[in-house]
Amino acid sequence: MSEPPISRGFHGRKKPEGPTNRVPPGQHLVSDFPVLSAGPTPQTKLEVWSFTLEAGGKLLKEWSWAEFEALPQTKIKTDIHCVTTWSKLGTNWQGVTIDDLLAACGLSEPPAPYVLAECDGGYTTNLPVEDLIEGKAMIATRYEGQPLEPEHGGPARLLVPHLYFWKSAKWVRGIQFREGDEPGFWEALGYHIYGDPWREQRYAGD
Amino acid sequence: MPEIDVAPSKQRRLLWRTAEVKEIIEETPRVRSLVLAVPDWPGHLPGQRIDVRLTADDGYQAQRSYSIASAPEAPQLMLTVERIQDGEISPYLTAEVRPGDRFGLRGPIGGFFAWTSAVGGPLFLIAGGSGIVPLMAMLRHRAAAKSTIPALLLYSSRTFEDIIYREELDQFAARDRELEVVHTLTRTQPVGWSGGARRIDRDMLADFGFGAKLHPKIFVCGPTRLVETVALSLLELGHERGLIKTERFGPTG
Ligand SMILES: Cc1cc2nc3c(=O)[nH]c(=O)nc-3n(C[C@H](O)[C@H](O)[C@H](O)COP(=O)(O)OP(=O)(O)OC[C@H]3O[C@@H](n4cnc5c(N)ncnc54)[C@H](O)[C@@H]3O)c2cc1C
Repeated sequence: MSEPPISRGFHGRKKPEGPTNRVPPGQHLVSDFPVLSAGPTPQTKLEVWSFTLEAGGKLLKEWSWAEFEALPQTKIKTDIHCVTTWSKLGTNWQGVTIDDLLAACGLSEPPAPYVLAECDGGYTTNLPVEDLIEGKAMIATRYEGQPLEPEHGGPARLLVPHLYFWKSAKWVRGIQFREGDEPGFWEALGYHIYGDPWREQRYAGD
Repeated sequence: MPEIDVAPSKQRRLLWRTAEVKEIIEETPRVRSLVLAVPDWPGHLPGQRIDVRLTADDGYQAQRSYSIASAPEAPQLMLTVERIQDGEISPYLTAEVRPGDRFGLRGPIGGFFAWTSAVGGPLFLIAGGSGIVPLMAMLRHRAAAKSTIPALLLYSSRTFEDIIYREELDQFAARDRELEVVHTLTRTQPVGWSGGARRIDRDMLADFGFGAKLHPKIFVCGPTRLVETVALSLLELGHERGLIKTERFGPTG
């Protein structure tokens, strides 16, 4: 459709109440933190929680919660963008970067070009490794200085803030490095394979 | 019943279409339904949603998601929108808009929170407020398909006047032995009210709902608080995680 229809009598809020260069097309700012997920929130106890890295079907490393907490911690202040059109600016996260996880495995570079992140509840999401390294992503365990609440993905969620927020998979328990890019849970249900908010890649084919 | 492909990733790009408002139905003091004409609408599954995009005359645009209220069998698409105080889009859709107005729409989106009679049952639906919308599409489809799959709706509203689709639900339940509709009113109840009078909790789910032994297909939709409480209670009552599907409309409370 080339010319969008004018909606008579619609004026909107006009300028988002914030810096426009930080709000991607089709997004609007919120001050609260909406929740989107497909099923019951998993309630994984820290005693049984673990995090694994795998490559080519082989285990690279597994951490218990205590071991994971002992890894180098990084803080990120960043904007987040949900595919359901809300954006939230200047959110504060803390966790372990993917770079530090790789380093803890003794790897100087990632073992494969793609990953599938795996989560409690059976969710997965796929990403190119490029989007995870060099400080671009972390396994976040704190939000605004507090332990991450279960409904927001706690105890730990992937945080890849430059992509739509479904890529920041909640309740993450492991990352598999893979040779190919295969769609995860939402991607197989019609969401975009990559999900760049600045190119408005919401759904397949966008 | 044809096989339904719920993998739209194989489909072509979702086009923006122009929807024209054909009819407006006042559902409650805060809720309106819009009946739309959408050229070349590709069809949908009950439970799916669309994105609406409004364009101002200076080119400014804003978009939001809305569930589809109509059954796939219905001749026209219906949305049902609740007015959110100080919202950008819902006040427009619930107050300003009139027949003949047009806006951008694309979809259908989502294939996970979806049910057709081919999926089977029993069908256990739990709604809070406007969370009824995608579940109503399922009930309308079930009625249109003359399905006899046992179905139960547990529906929480603030007051009697806030119950969306009340008459249609009454009619469905009255003529269908396999469908039960249970209302609960959380704020005020009319004199002589025989339904629930509190928020949906574990006891209410246990007393009125299908038992876990029946392996019902469960859909929960509403504000985050309700969805969280209900989904956790259902797990405690022994329902399988994989049979509980949720959709959340609003922000966290
Ligand atoms: C998958 C999905 C399906 C949806 N289906 C429907 C539907 O069928 N019918 C429907 O009416 N809405 C539905 N919604 C909600 C809808 O997308 C909008 O969020 C809602 O209409 C408010 O938009 P607005 O522009 O008026 O308010 P905004 O300008 O976006 O928000 C204004 C303020 O209200 C708050 N707010 C937003 N939504 C709610 C809410 N639901 N309850 C309380 N406060 C809120 C915001 O956090 C903000 O503070 C759905 C949302 C999703 C994600």
